[in-house]
This record gives sequence, C-alpha cells and structure tokens, in this order.
Amino acid sequence: MTENLTRKFNELVAVDHVNLEIKRGELFGLLGPNGAGKTTLINMLCTILPPTEGSAKIWGHDVVKEPDDVRRSIGVVFQDPTLDDRLTGRENLDFHARMYGMPKEVRRQRADELLELVGLERQGDDLVRTYSGGMRRRLEIARGLMHHPKVLFLDEPTLGLDPQTRRAIWDYIQKLNRKEDITILLTTHYMEEADYLCDRVGIIDGGKIIALDRPSKLKARLKGDIVTLEVPNPERLVGTLRESELVNRIEVVNGFLHVGVRDGESAIPKLVRLLERKGEKVQSVGLRRPTLEDVFISYTGRRIREEGEAGAKERMRLRMRARRR
Amino acid sequence: MEAQAIYTLWLRDIKWFVRDRVRVLVTFVQPFMWLGLIGFGMSGMFPGGKTNFAGMRIDFLDFMGTGILGMTLLFSGTFAGIAVLWDKQFGFMKEILVSPVSRLSVMIGKVLGGATVAILQGLLILCAAAAMGVTLPEPTRIPLTIGFMIVIAVAFVSVGLAFASRLSDPQAFPLVMNFFIMPLFFLSGALFTLDTAPGWLQALAYFNPMTYGIDGLRFAILGGSLFPVWLDFGALLAFAVVAVLLGGYLFRKMTI
Repeated sequence: MTENLTRKFNELVAVDHVNLEIKRGELFGLLGPNGAGKTTLINMLCTILPPTEGSAKIWGHDVVKEPDDVRRSIGVVFQDPTLDDRLTGRENLDFHARMYGMPKEVRRQRADELLELVGLERQGDDLVRTYSGGMRRRLEIARGLMHHPKVLFLDEPTLGLDPQTRRAIWDYIQKLNRKEDITILLTTHYMEEADYLCDRVGIIDGGKIIALDRPSKLKARLKGDIVTLEVPNPERLVGTLRESELVNRIEVVNGFLHVGVRDGESAIPKLVRLLERKGEKVQSVGLRRPTLEDVFISYTGRRIREEGEAGAKERMRLRMRARRR
Repeated sequence: MEAQAIYTLWLRDIKWFVRDRVRVLVTFVQPFMWLGLIGFGMSGMFPGGKTNFAGMRIDFLDFMGTGILGMTLLFSGTFAGIAVLWDKQFGFMKEILVSPVSRLSVMIGKVLGGATVAILQGLLILCAAAAMGVTLPEPTRIPLTIGFMIVIAVAFVSVGLAFASRLSDPQAFPLVMNFFIMPLFFLSGALFTLDTAPGWLQALAYFNPMTYGIDGLRFAILGGSLFPVWLDFGALLAFAVVAVLLGGYLFRKMTI
C-alpha cells in the first residue's frame, strides 16, 4: 500500500521511508507514542498532505495522482473532532452523504442504519453541541461510513474517552470490520487497544516502522514471560543477570528489573536464589505475560507512554483542545 | 455531483445564518445605530438635513443609507472568510477537504453561501432603513440594485476567502478587517461625498473598488452618481473577477 513514503517538515522527518502493505478486510493497527508520525502518515494516505517522497496506493489508486478516486474509497475519522456542532447529528451525516453524491432516499436510509449501529438513533435530531465526547466520536465513525468506504482510517479513535466508552467503541469497530467488510487502519498509543482489536500491528517510532506482525506473534518474539524484580540497586545487577542462562533479556524500567525468561513460574525461585547468593535483597517479585508495551520497550528501550510526563502532556493537550471550543 | 456539493455547502451557510438569531438581530440593530444615531446626528449639520450630491439635493439620510447598505455587503462579505477559519479551527474543513469534491467546487459553494448571506443581510438593512424613512429604490431599479449587491458581495466574499486561506487563526481576522476593510469603507464615499473631498483623498478613492460599488448603488437607489453607471459596474466587475480568481488560487493552495 505504501512505498518509501516520507514526509519532512523542514528538517524534521515525521515519516521516514515507510513501507506498509495492508490486506483487504484487515483490521490493522499502527501503534506508537505521540509524535511517532502516525497522524502525518494518515494525513498523507487520505490526500490532505502531500508526501515529500515516495508513494502510496489505496485500493489501487495513487494518493498523489488520483486523489479524487482515493477520497471516494476512503472514510476518515480524524484525531481531532471534525463535526459541525451547529448542525444536528443527522444533518452532519446528510452533509457528508451529499458531498459524496448520494441520492436522498439512500442518504436517509443509510443515516438511520448507521445511527442505530452506533447507538445514536434517539439523539440523531439533537444539535451536536449537546453531545458528549463519546457520542461525538460515535457520530464521527458513523459519518465516516456513510458512503460505504472500502477503507476506513481511524486516527486515535478512543483518545481521551473513559474506559466504558472506549470499550463500546472497540465493539463498534470490530462489528464494522466483520459486518461491513471494511478494511480498517487505526492508530493508537494504547497498547491494549492494538492488542485487543487488531489483526496485525505495526509499531512505529520516530517515523519508522520498527516491527510488524500479529500481536500474538510480536509478543511471542519476546520468548516467554516477564519477571519484575524490585531490588535496591537494579542497574548494578544487569550485568550479573545477563550472564545467567535463565535470562533472555533484561531491562531496567522505572527502577524495576524486567527480566525476560522462558518459563516464569519455574524461573522465579531460581532468580531469587541467584540474587540472594550474591547478597542482594529482593523486595518484591512479579510475573506477567508480555504485552505489546514490552515489545515496544524491547525495540526502543522506552515505554510508549512515560507515565508522568507524557500523561501530563496529553492531559494538557486535551485541556487546550477543550479551551479552544 | 459537484452541483450537489456546491448546493450542500451553500445550504450549510444558510442554515448557520438562519439559526444564528444573534446575527440576524445584530443585522437589524446595526443600521439603527449608524443611521439612527450617526445619521440623524450628522444630518443636523446640513441645512434642512439635505446635502448636495452629483448635482442633486438629497436627504442626508438617503445618502448615508446607501453607504450603510454598501458597508453591510463589504463587512459581511469579507466576514464569510472567518467562517472558513472557524472551520479550520474546529476541524470541519478537514471533513470537507477529504471528500471527493474538487477545491473549485468548495470555493464556489463558499462564495455563493457567503454572498447569499451578505445579500440577505443587505436586504434586511434596506427594510430596516425604510422603516426609518430612507428612500427605497424605484421598482424598476430593483434589478439594478440587486445586481450591484451581488457583484459587491461576490467580490468581497472572495477577498475574505483569500485571506482565510492564508491565515489559520480566527483571532487574526479582526486585524484584517481593521487594516484592509475599514480603509476601503472610509475611502469609498459611503459617509461623505467624494466630489467635495480634498484632491489626494479623491485620488486614493479612485483605486478603491468599493468607491464604484457605493456609487453604483447610489445610481440605482437615488438616481444620481459621480461616475457613469457603466464605469461603476465595469470597474466593480473587473475587481470581482480578479478577486474570485485570486481567492480560487489561494484556496486551492490552502493547507490545514
């Protein structure tokens, strides 16, 4: 679908020679931290930002040479809201359908169908200003589907929504992918989202795709489980533990030792004994199956969201957005 | 399909206008301020409330009424640009730009929508002014009046869109109004007769497209003008064509 797609903003390379191929009917996830280039990539794919280099094709149409054909075959739900809040929900859908040249009867029928799909059938005639964040998001998804797109882009579909609403939106997305047989490309920085929803996940960082596979396979690449150890001096132990044949990988994350081992249950007592022989005190031990977060850490050495800082930044961003309204 | 898209964009502008009761109310209130307060106040400075214009003696309120009509078209036309900036700010412009509608059609839809709203406001003002005793055009002159209103509105909506495609912040728009549009208004002879103004001011006014718009409106409504009406219409039309082309060009190149 894309070939060496690149976009630079002055010196900054936001998307760096990305090669991606997404299959028809697939639910594909782009997982990466804020600023990884996800939105820039989407903007290029939906023809509103010209690539600096490389090319991309959607449903056989080139995004630069045949933008109109591309636009006809895609639906987009942007990260930031793009509804007209002075119109009603139904009017927003109707505006969209008219822009795609749908006849009146079909417009009405499709709007009813989709409002029901996203659970807004009773609020369809209310002004969008009266909608909650989750309702707006659902309406935007419905709108993106009005013209029967073959490919749907969802840029951070659940950003800033409460867990319950997120869950509901996940269900809608899965329902769509199966019922309407739509190819979906979604971006997210929530690893649970990518893990739960997507057939395949591409991990993107610094504008590059650094890993691409099914979530289960990505996790399997880490070979085994992760044992978290709380010790007084984690950095000092990295070298020692790396020599042990028990240990596949080892990292220090937020003051904890993350140790990748084949079989967690049997490795724990051995690890603890090993450390105690060295005179180290183990304060606590945890065991878990690897998540996509661990996959990300193993490739980049960083977490997707550094808890304090990035979380605060995101809250700031949401607040700024709220203030702009 | 493109025609349907143009109609859709137009319809949205009309819906916005009709639903925005504050704006409709302001449209009514503004002429009362200008004509009612400034107009009545200033007409006291003229003997019998009458002024010389193009060899006629006419009521100052009638004279100023046409100026205020022109002002409304100028301001609300240019203001159509701010709607585009809000659309950029609130993201709706993205929804428009990812649809398979050509930029040209989007531009045409916005121009028609903005111009229709400006003309509706102009007509409201004419009604409000008539309620204060300002002369309305003769029935046979109504087509000519509307004709001038359309060309003025289309030209300045295009100017507004040209500005909007280069700017990104709606807050910058009042600046545009103050630096570009207010001078056009003051230099157009809307509030005073140009034939008695100092020479340098007259010279500047010749380069102001709005001068010809106001003069043309006066010809249509009051029956007298400083320039021949063909010159008014021709100059205005030429400006409108340039404005539409420039607006269209900048709109095509707009990024968000």
